[in-house]
Amino acid sequence: MARAATTQRKIINTAFAWMVGLLIFFPIMWTILTSFKTEATAIADPPVWFFFDWTLDNYRVVQERSDYSRFLWNSIIIAGGSTFLGMLIAIPAAWSMAFVPSKRTKDILLWMLSTKMLPAVGVLYPIYLIFIKFGLLDTRIGLTIVLMFINLPIMVWMLYTYFKEIPGEILEAARMDGAGLREEILYVLTPMAIPGIASTVLLNVILAWNEAFWTLNLTAAKAAPLTAFIASYSSPEGLFYAKLSAASTMAIAPILILGWFSQKQLVRGLTFGAVK
Amino acid sequence: MATKASRTAARLMLAPAVILLLGWMMVPLTMTVIFSFKRYLPMRGGDLGWVGFENYVRFVNSSAFWPAVQSTLMIVGGVLLITVVLGVLLAILLDQPMWGQGIVRILVIAPFFVMPTVSALVWKNMFMDPVNGLFAHLWRFFGATPVSWLSEASMPSIILIVSWQWLPFATLILLTAIQSLDSEQLEAAEMDGASPLSRFIYITLPHLARAITIVVLIQTIFLLAIFAEIFVTTQGAFGTRTLTYLIFQRVLESQNVGLGSAGGVYAIILANILALFLMRIVGKNLDR
Amino acid sequence: MGRIVLDQVTKSFGDVTVIPPLDLTIEDGEFAVFVGPSGCGKSTLLRLIAGLEDVTSGAIRIDGQDATDIVPAKRGLAMVFQSYALYPHMSVRKNIAFPLRMAGMDRAEQDRRVDLAASVLNLTDYLERRPGQLSGGQRQRVAIGRAIVREPAAFLFDEPLSNLDAALRMGMRLEISELHKRLETTMIYVTHDQVEAMTMADKIVVLRAGHIEQVGSPLDLYRAPRNLFVAGFIGSPKMNLIAGAEAAKHDAHTIGVRPEHITVSATDGEWSGVVAVSEHLGSDTFFHVHDTGLADTITVRADGEVGFRHGDRIHMTPRADVIHRFDEQGLRIA
Repeated sequence: MARAATTQRKIINTAFAWMVGLLIFFPIMWTILTSFKTEATAIADPPVWFFFDWTLDNYRVVQERSDYSRFLWNSIIIAGGSTFLGMLIAIPAAWSMAFVPSKRTKDILLWMLSTKMLPAVGVLYPIYLIFIKFGLLDTRIGLTIVLMFINLPIMVWMLYTYFKEIPGEILEAARMDGAGLREEILYVLTPMAIPGIASTVLLNVILAWNEAFWTLNLTAAKAAPLTAFIASYSSPEGLFYAKLSAASTMAIAPILILGWFSQKQLVRGLTFGAVK
Repeated sequence: MATKASRTAARLMLAPAVILLLGWMMVPLTMTVIFSFKRYLPMRGGDLGWVGFENYVRFVNSSAFWPAVQSTLMIVGGVLLITVVLGVLLAILLDQPMWGQGIVRILVIAPFFVMPTVSALVWKNMFMDPVNGLFAHLWRFFGATPVSWLSEASMPSIILIVSWQWLPFATLILLTAIQSLDSEQLEAAEMDGASPLSRFIYITLPHLARAITIVVLIQTIFLLAIFAEIFVTTQGAFGTRTLTYLIFQRVLESQNVGLGSAGGVYAIILANILALFLMRIVGKNLDR
Repeated sequence: MGRIVLDQVTKSFGDVTVIPPLDLTIEDGEFAVFVGPSGCGKSTLLRLIAGLEDVTSGAIRIDGQDATDIVPAKRGLAMVFQSYALYPHMSVRKNIAFPLRMAGMDRAEQDRRVDLAASVLNLTDYLERRPGQLSGGQRQRVAIGRAIVREPAAFLFDEPLSNLDAALRMGMRLEISELHKRLETTMIYVTHDQVEAMTMADKIVVLRAGHIEQVGSPLDLYRAPRNLFVAGFIGSPKMNLIAGAEAAKHDAHTIGVRPEHITVSATDGEWSGVVAVSEHLGSDTFFHVHDTGLADTITVRADGEVGFRHGDRIHMTPRADVIHRFDEQGLRIA
C-alpha cells in the first residue's frame, strides 16, 4: 500500500493480530512453560502462568531415564543423512531439467510430483517386507533411505524452480569462457544457487525431522528418532506433564528455529513452485 | 536449446533420480497390487493363493469401511473448511500495516514446525485431558462438567488438532498470494468507486482463487494420509478410524495383508485422482 | 587470425527450419554485422558460430579448421551477451579473469591482463565491486573486458546495446568501434537496429527468415539495395516506395526514393501533397506528406529549418539520379 494507514487503524490491527498470533502460539508457549515446572505445578488448578519455581529438573530426568540424546542423535542422522543423500541426486537432476530441458522435462517433473502423492499406507507392507529382507528394519540407514525417497521429489522441484531463475546466458557465458561441465557447476551454478540450495536443505531437514509415518512404523528401540520417542509418552504412568513438555520442547526447538529461517521458502517448496 | 554434448550430460545427470524414484514407486506398488489379489496372512499360514477380487469386495463390504470413509471425509472436510476460511482471514489481517508484523507471522507459522506426535500428545494431555487438561480447568472455572474430549467429542477434537497444525500452511500460502496482488489494481478499483467489501469480493478473492485451490489440493493429499495424530490420541477408537488408519490396522495389527493391500490400492487410486487435479494446475504454471 | 567460413550451414529445431542452407565468409579482422527484424535467425546464426547450438548440417570453419564439432570453449571465440551474463557472485576482477582461470593461466599473468583490460575500458576503479553495484554501461564494459582478455580469434556480440538507454548506446557504439580499430580482431555483431549496423560495420549481412538478403558494405547497401526488403530496412527514415503509374514512368513495378533525395518547394515540383506532421529537429526537418496520389505517406527530409506546417500544401521533386527501380519480384533493376 502506497498510502500510510491512520495510526488508529494500525493500533487496532496490531492489537488484534497479536491476540490471534498469541492464541495460535499458545499451545507451544504453554508446553515450553510447563517444561520448567514441577509435576505438581504442571497440573495445578487454577493453572500457574509465570510465577513458579523454575526448574531444569525435567530436562535432566528425561535425559537420564530415557537416554534422550540417543533419540536426538537418531533424528539428526536421519534428517541430515536423508537430505544430504537426496541433494546428491537432486542437484544434477534439477540442473539437467532447468538448463537442458527436453520435450519430456515437464512430464518427468509432474511424474516425480505424483510419486510424492502415493499414500504411504498403500505401500506399507511391501516396504516392511523389503526392510526385513535386507535387514533394514529399525536401522538408521533404512530410515534415511526411505525419507530420502519421500522427499526427493520436493527437493528436485524446489531446486528446479530456483535454477530456473538463473539466466541460461550466464551458463553459456561460462561455457564460452572455457568452463567444462564440472567447472560450470562448481564455479558458476553452485555459488549462484546457494540461497536456493540452502532453503531446499532447510525445508527437507524440517520435513524429515517431523516425518511420523515411516519413523513410527519402521523403527523400534534402536533407530527410533524423536517422533517415535515422543509417541512412547502416549501411554503415561503417573504424573508426567512436565517431563512430556521438556521432551517435546527439546524435540521441537531446533526445528522451530530452522523453520523461522525458512518461512519464505516454505511456500515455494510445499506448493511445488506454484505459489512464490 | 543446447548442444548434443550438453544434452547427453544432462540425461546422465537426470538418470539416477528417475531410476531410483521409478524403483521406489514401482517395486512396492507392484507388490501391493499382487498382495491385493491374494489371501495373505503372514501369521496364519502366509501366502494362501490367489483369490481374485475377493479382498476388494471384502474391504468395501466390511462393517468398518463406511464409517472409515465417513470419518475420513469429516476430518478432511472439516480441516479444509477451517483452515481455508481462517487462513484467508488471517492472511488479510497479517497483510495490514501493524507493529511487529514479523513476530506475529512467526507466532502464526510456528505450529507447522511442531512434529505431529508432539502436537497430538500436547493437545491430548495438556489441553484435552478430562482431569488435568487446561480445558477441564476452564470448564470447572465456569462451573461446567469437564468434557472427556477425545472419547466424547473425538471427531471435533481431532479436527481441532489437525487444523491447528495446518492453519499456518494455509495462512502462509494465502499471505504470499495476497502480497503478490498488485496494489494498483486495488487502487484502480477504489477510484472506480468499489467499497472495501466489494474490493475483497471482486479483486482479492478472485486473485486468491488459484492459491486456495492449491491449498485445498495439497492439504487434501496430506490430510488423507494423517496417521500420527490418530495413532497417539485415539488409536482409531471412538469413530476416528480413517481409511489410512483402517488399512494400517489391517496390514500391521491384524496382519491381513491381502485385505489391507486392497484397501491400499483404493487409497492410491483416490490419491491419484486428486493428484491429477493438482498436477494440472502445477503443470500450467510450468509453461509460463 | 579469425577468418570464419560457413559452408552450407542449416539449422532446424524439430520440424522448424530456422536457417536454410547458408554460405557466408567473414574475413580476418572484419567487423561484420548481422541485421534483420526479430526472428530472422540472426541470433541463432551467431550461436551456431559460437558453438552454443549444433548445426543441423553443413560446416563451420575457423581459420581453415573445421570447428563444426568443437565445443564452444575450444573455438577460441569470445562472446558478449545481451544480458551481459556477468557472474553476480564474483567481483569485476574475478569476472574478467574467469576465462583465464579456466584456461589454467598463472595468477601473475591473469592479473597483468585483467589490469590492462581494465585500464583500456576505464574499469580500474571498479575491479573489486560486484556486477550488481555497477551501472548498465559499466556492466557492458565488464562483459567486453571478459571477452578481450582471452585474446580470441573473434568476438561475438549478441545485441549488446539493446539494454542501454539511447545516450549510453551511442557512447558504447563508439567505444566498440574504437576497440575494433585498435585490436583489429574479427567481430561479429548481431543487432536489429540498422543504425548500429550502418555506423559500425565493415560488412553488413541482412537476414530475413534465415535467408541472407544481401551482403555488402554499409554504403553498398544504401546505394544499391538488392531488393525491396533491404531497401526498406536500410536507411532512416525509411525509403519511400511508390508503385503504379508513377513507377511505370520509370519502367519499373516499384520505385524507391529516399527522403533525403527529395527537394521541397512551396510553389512548384513534380509531386505535391499536404503536410500531415512536420518534425523540426533543428539540423533537419522531416515532413510526412499525405494526399500525394503516390502512396499513403511520403516522407521528406529537408536540411535545416524549413517552415511548412500541418495542413500546408507542399511540392516535392525527387532527384532523378538516385531513384531505385524494382521489378514485380521486388528485385532491383540495374
